[in-house]
Amino acid sequence: MTRYIVRRLLTAVPTLVIISMVIFGILALAPGDPLGQLAANPDVPPEVRQNILHQMGLDQPIPIRYVKWAASWATGNWGYSFASHVPVVRLLLQRLPTDLWVIGTGYVIAVLIAVPVGVISAVKQYSLLDQVATTGAFIGYSLPTFFTGVLMIIVFSVRLHWLPFIYNVQVHDPVRMLKQAVMPVAVLALFQSAALTRFVRSSMLDNVGQDYVRTARAKGLAQSRVIVRHVLRNGLIPIVTLIALQLPTVFTGAVVTEQIFRVPGVGSLLITSIQNSDTPVVMAIAFVAAILVVLLNIAADVIYGALDPRIRYG
Amino acid sequence: MASTRSDRVAPLGPIAARLAYERPRHARTLWGDAWRRFRKHRLAMAGATMFLFLTFGSVAGPFVYRVPINALNFGASMAPPSAAHPFGTNDLGQDMLARVMYGGRISIAVGFAAMLMSVTLGLLMGSIAGFFGRTIDLVLMRITDVFLSLPALPLLLLTIYLFRDPITRVLGPQLGIFWLIVGVIGGLNWMPTARLVRAGFLGVKEKEFIEAARSVGVGPVKQIFRHIMPNVLSPVIVSATLSVGAAIITESTLSFLGLGFPPDVPTWGRLLYDAQNYLDLAPHMALFPGLMICLAVLSINYVGDGLRDALDPTRVF
Repeated sequence: MTRYIVRRLLTAVPTLVIISMVIFGILALAPGDPLGQLAANPDVPPEVRQNILHQMGLDQPIPIRYVKWAASWATGNWGYSFASHVPVVRLLLQRLPTDLWVIGTGYVIAVLIAVPVGVISAVKQYSLLDQVATTGAFIGYSLPTFFTGVLMIIVFSVRLHWLPFIYNVQVHDPVRMLKQAVMPVAVLALFQSAALTRFVRSSMLDNVGQDYVRTARAKGLAQSRVIVRHVLRNGLIPIVTLIALQLPTVFTGAVVTEQIFRVPGVGSLLITSIQNSDTPVVMAIAFVAAILVVLLNIAADVIYGALDPRIRYG
Repeated sequence: MASTRSDRVAPLGPIAARLAYERPRHARTLWGDAWRRFRKHRLAMAGATMFLFLTFGSVAGPFVYRVPINALNFGASMAPPSAAHPFGTNDLGQDMLARVMYGGRISIAVGFAAMLMSVTLGLLMGSIAGFFGRTIDLVLMRITDVFLSLPALPLLLLTIYLFRDPITRVLGPQLGIFWLIVGVIGGLNWMPTARLVRAGFLGVKEKEFIEAARSVGVGPVKQIFRHIMPNVLSPVIVSATLSVGAAIITESTLSFLGLGFPPDVPTWGRLLYDAQNYLDLAPHMALFPGLMICLAVLSINYVGDGLRDALDPTRVF
């Protein structure tokens, strides 16, 4: 197992190097001048502009810039934001707690809804409850978050005046903090639980027909025990890995939901940074996202193997 | 040369002749069976009808409902739905029904074009990797893995933001953004298809009928397209259907974030984006385009669901 993990981590390095090259390449090859505003300003002589470019190292060829960037990134020096002149790391750490709280809660609620609903609808296949759950999951999965978010604002903020539709981090009153988190959390939870319920249901259905379930019943076990101790334990294995694969968004933010409710998380930071051509921040967020995806992919495979003894890694 | 060929065919025996004669009446082809099963799937048929209706309405609607999409009328700004404006008007007094129909054309076109692009790429990569195997397979699958690990949404937003202006200069605002969005969505979504196709190829290429084809001298291109690909197409069709809906959502998301089409090109997502600031005064501005996106995606997903059941030959009804 250790050998497997080490091997996977070693193969992850070239993958991440290629990804960083792709992101860096897109940013570097993109037409447009990071000092375009200076160029447009007639008060700034071209020599000064050239000097700034030289100081920033932007007059060097792209491969050299990439190597320099990668070396400093690897040592933890992620540079400064062009827009706010704050170290990128600090900027990200400022935004992270909001994401962990709002998006994390959304995911936890989604799992808490999806697992029982999926299990029940698989166990009572074709029952009324199953049909309601399947249809609900299908619709919830098809509704884009930007529409459910807008719909919730119209209903709960504009019509009923129950909930605020702008998320404010300055608020410290616990009741108001909860109230402003309700809608973003609900939007995320609705979408995630719908997607997850479908997986739980089909994964459980894959298992209820298996021979070992018949054996368990033949031993005289009660239905609840068969389901919880035998079917659920096997059925949840793919679900655990699926959840692991979706974890990166908890850290990189849910761009759309954050945009609708003005949640100041990493996702909205990404949008504003892209719009401000704030290259260091964009690069950092995109690359952190890539690292998380690659690492959690490995984690998912390892967890899968740990939970399912039938799988052996060579 | 047809005559020389038929000359070589041995005369039919009595049973074969009867089979050949009766076959057209009782022909049960794979696609015929699939269609029969699909028709029984009531929700899928409803989805197909709904989607055809939306497509037809977007394409043909503007010819019947001849209200311009950009006629300003500040006297009637943000008017709720009425007989004159069935979907109401927006903040500039423009008719929402006309804009929603026009937006449907673009949103649906983006969905299909992006699907075609990702399926073509996926089929190419998957079939080449699966058919030739060895080093080619290894290289192509590594590329697929890298693409799967790319942070899709940041990259999507970034590429569109950075390349929006130059491509607009070359191709014009509407066409330029269209191809940029289609290209980026297609270019970042072909990987699952490639994996499906490769897996299918690995299984099918070892079958006896491929060996037979090879033994009579069928070249690799014909083997791939004529003999193997039809056998791996079922799951690809399902995922292609679902990816139309996903592409419509992605385009709407981009437009909703202000990174899609320019304001004068009203796609469904763009209409929602414009409506965001008027949710309190004119909720209908958001409801109608949002509803269209939901209906389109929901109906496509039901079609995909029905196709999944219909194209599964192991299913018996």
